[in-house]
Amino acid sequence: MYLNLTHLEAALLFALFASIVLGVIGRDSDKERIRYGLGVFGYFMAAIFGLGWLMYLGHG
Amino acid sequence: MPQEKHMIPPLQQWAAPVLLGWLLPGAGHFYLKRWNHGILLLFAIAGMFGFGLLMRGRMFEPQSGDLFTTVVHYGGYMADMANGSLYFVASWLGYHQEQLAHAVADYGTKFLVCAGLLNILAIVDVYEIAVGEKP
Repeated sequence: MYLNLTHLEAALLFALFASIVLGVIGRDSDKERIRYGLGVFGYFMAAIFGLGWLMYLGHG
Repeated sequence: MPQEKHMIPPLQQWAAPVLLGWLLPGAGHFYLKRWNHGILLLFAIAGMFGFGLLMRGRMFEPQSGDLFTTVVHYGGYMADMANGSLYFVASWLGYHQEQLAHAVADYGTKFLVCAGLLNILAIVDVYEIAVGEKP
């Protein structure tokens, strides 16, 4: 069995799993954890799409 | 001049949760009765490891050479080992993947390594909880 994901799908999966772990261990209360985890996921999204567009535009 | 003493907490206070956390992601949190955190950590770390395998990621093996090769291979090997039983079971079941010139397989290798690195963070977290540094 071989999973053939696109770059975007792989990056989204990575962002999801990493955000969950960082959210769980990153703060002291549950409310802060959810907020922090969502924030980290948002930063991942911004980096993925931002760098994606940067590379697309830089490539010409 | 008085020297600052760094007290190391007693081994029996943190050894079991740390060892369990290494053997199975989230198990240290289960041991400390942090059920929700343990489930989330197990889901995320085992999920990342599983996807790494499905993408045919490569497990690192110790390899010496120039400085870069040594750092990458030994570092990658230690990060893979940090997955604990996930790594050992996959190896025991015969998972072995040669390096593929394919972007998805390369992602898979990173997934396997990062799952181990995230488990190290989870182990540090469980240590801090066990010794009372974290609520």
